[in-house]
Amino acid sequence: MINAALDICGISKLFGNNLANDDISLSLGKGEIVALLGENGAGKTTLMNILFGHYVPDSGKVLIEGRELPPGKPRAAIRAGIGMVHQHFSLAPNLTVLENVMAGTESLWRLRSGTDAARQKLQGICSRFGLTVDPHARLGDLSVGEQQRVEILKALYNDARILVLDEPTAVLTNLESERLFSTLKYMAREGLSLIFISHKLDEVMAAADRIVVLRGGRKVAERLASKTNKAELAELMVGRKVARPVREPSTPREVVLEVAGVSVIIDGVERLKSIDFTLRAGEVLGIIGVSGNGQTTLAHLLSGTVSRDKGVVVLFGEPIGDLSVEGAVLAGIGRVPEDRNNEGAIGEMAIWENAILERLPRFSRHGLVDRSAGQAFARMIIDAFDVRGGKPTTRTRLLSGGNMQKLILGRNLIERPRILIAAQPARGLDEGAVAAVHERLLQARREGTAVLLISEDLDEVMALADRIQAIVNGRLSPPVSAQEADATKLGLMMAGEWNEEHEISDAL
Amino acid sequence: MRFERREHRSVALVIATPVLAVLCALALAGILIAIAGAPVMEAYWRILVGAFGSRLSATETLTRASPLILTGLAAAVAFRARLWNIGGEGQFYLGAISVAAASSQLLAGLPSAVQIPLLLAVGAAAGIVLLLVPLWLRLSFSVDEVVTTLLLNFVALLFVSMLIDGVLKDPMAFGWPQSQPVADDAVLPKLLARSRLHIGLGIGFVLAVAVHLVQSRTVFGMQSRAAGLNPAGAVFAGVPLGRTLVKVACISGGLAGLAGAIEVMGVQGYVTTDLSPGYGYSGIVVAMLANLNPLGVVLAALFTAVMFVGADGMSRSMGIPTYIADVTVSLSLISMLVGVFFTQYRIRR
Repeated sequence: MINAALDICGISKLFGNNLANDDISLSLGKGEIVALLGENGAGKTTLMNILFGHYVPDSGKVLIEGRELPPGKPRAAIRAGIGMVHQHFSLAPNLTVLENVMAGTESLWRLRSGTDAARQKLQGICSRFGLTVDPHARLGDLSVGEQQRVEILKALYNDARILVLDEPTAVLTNLESERLFSTLKYMAREGLSLIFISHKLDEVMAAADRIVVLRGGRKVAERLASKTNKAELAELMVGRKVARPVREPSTPREVVLEVAGVSVIIDGVERLKSIDFTLRAGEVLGIIGVSGNGQTTLAHLLSGTVSRDKGVVVLFGEPIGDLSVEGAVLAGIGRVPEDRNNEGAIGEMAIWENAILERLPRFSRHGLVDRSAGQAFARMIIDAFDVRGGKPTTRTRLLSGGNMQKLILGRNLIERPRILIAAQPARGLDEGAVAAVHERLLQARREGTAVLLISEDLDEVMALADRIQAIVNGRLSPPVSAQEADATKLGLMMAGEWNEEHEISDAL
Repeated sequence: MRFERREHRSVALVIATPVLAVLCALALAGILIAIAGAPVMEAYWRILVGAFGSRLSATETLTRASPLILTGLAAAVAFRARLWNIGGEGQFYLGAISVAAASSQLLAGLPSAVQIPLLLAVGAAAGIVLLLVPLWLRLSFSVDEVVTTLLLNFVALLFVSMLIDGVLKDPMAFGWPQSQPVADDAVLPKLLARSRLHIGLGIGFVLAVAVHLVQSRTVFGMQSRAAGLNPAGAVFAGVPLGRTLVKVACISGGLAGLAGAIEVMGVQGYVTTDLSPGYGYSGIVVAMLANLNPLGVVLAALFTAVMFVGADGMSRSMGIPTYIADVTVSLSLISMLVGVFFTQYRIRR
């Protein structure tokens, strides 16, 4: 393999009793994009840490353009031309783009910094790879997508010829992701070699030439993107057939929630603009839209953490004032927040504490917390919702994303809520966990819960929702029934293409 | 080499950390003692003798620990909820001067059994008021309370200074700036005759246990922990953030004010501007050394008191500056902060 940019040969790494990498080999050609696909814990990150010299492998070696890289030497890896784009950026928000890119490249003892030369080099890289960023913009003023571009530029500025991107789309909107993919392809045509780490099937299919699937620390398959499909990849990744469940037909029942002409203004910005929708028992209403269009506010409004400025909300047939969190929970509204780690759970607190925190009045007497009842409640959720990896007293932070989401779903669904607000319930989860979450939502629907599913994942909404409305810039489209919805129509709706006068459908 | 979060913190490790931190601090301070030209082990022996060697020194150490327990608890409670109350010193002084004023002006003549509890409440209330101001600024205008509580310390001290040179000045003090004394009926009962040790120590012990129970057993304790660990998560779960912080501030400010009250009522009898050798600030060290655990605060306060009282004795007998106590206590804080870091992270390569 003369023209391979990178060869990883027989890498193994043992952590305690856990074989994180088991004899993994892969090669990366010049100008090629290889996706490393695998669920959380499959060994992707360990492998990349070995590539970068953060870990020393127990056996195996790394060759860059045929030359062996000394193990455990991050500097050697950088000098050999490996660049990393982390999922969480290593950039300083108070510095300019240029300063961020230059940081760490100059000796501390130099009295003058070669700003001019650096700017010229940066602009050269920008124009060569078609990455436009103002070098003098303050990083904190840039969007997340632009910040990521800076992170890429920083790697290229250090003369990276092999670029590793760790879950690069986790923080991006769909549109930004697509832009990133075309940039990556352009960079590959310019001769860069790229490794793209992901657990999302759509993305690896869209971006990669070749896909390497890891599972349980082993390489289980290698496929050309042109010669495989999502179903096959999903099965390889999870190790068994996973089918996301699809809703079966049902007849929705009485209306439980009616929202009419509701507007919400936060810090002077109108986040929701006179929205209307109705929600019935036993149905899933999907709210689809690119994130940042008011979904968060909508979820907060119904969760009791934001109050409305205009409009009417009718809950179970009665017009209500502002909801409080306690009021929402008592009324039987289950709430699954979009930001699992920040809002959904307090990581440093125990599982049982997170299970009862939003219903403390029920789990306390005279101001004293009833620990044993709380722990029993947590154990019930753990058993009923298959939460793995913790006892009631385990700190919640130690749960994986999927298990944390099961806990959050569990603490809501175990009470048989009449309404469930599920905001981005499957975001960032691996395939197996997505299927489990979807199954729970459909089960709730069968049992008569009215589910409001707020999501930016078209497949998710089309598989689960009975009716679909799009949210664009704080406005809500009229609903279309699932039978009439297809990707094209929903795509148009998400772009704001609907007519207020003549509704898209008469689904209602 | 990199740091990785520990998944499990063993109980042994959590207990060992402050002990190791103290040993580390003593070892480092030993270098300074050696530089000062004294035999190190002898110096440490002198510190122990100075702190516990006689009935007098032992009671002095405990007397010194009493306000430290309260200011330590004040900091620990607030920090748990991420309310950065650096204003313990100011709250201490405001509590002290309020007690002096109330005793000499308003409550004089009431029987002890009535006057003492009332005065303790007055001291606590003064501390609360001084902490509610920065909290209000934080909740309404997002003003950083680290800055406001810290600066209010100086405001409080100058205010006390103004009063004891003005309306509250003791006419019998030959012109020295000191407040009118608290009434004899308001002096805290002694725990031991012929010593300065007063019931303030008992108050400290009881309150440490009470704070521990409140934090670990009550709804409020759970909510204040949630508010400190993750405000967004707490709000989503329906914790009333503002109200919780107000309650936390009442406990924290009250404890610091109470510390000032017992020091006036139990030890000095009147207020001067050197009533506190930095009890408010040392309380922060005590709280950190205890890793914010209310029961640990008692031990950390005792350690700090031993160092301060013992270093005085060592200094007299060996001719080493008493600053060695400050240095040792400060080093123990630094060691503790490093130690706490390693209970949460481990090194991995």
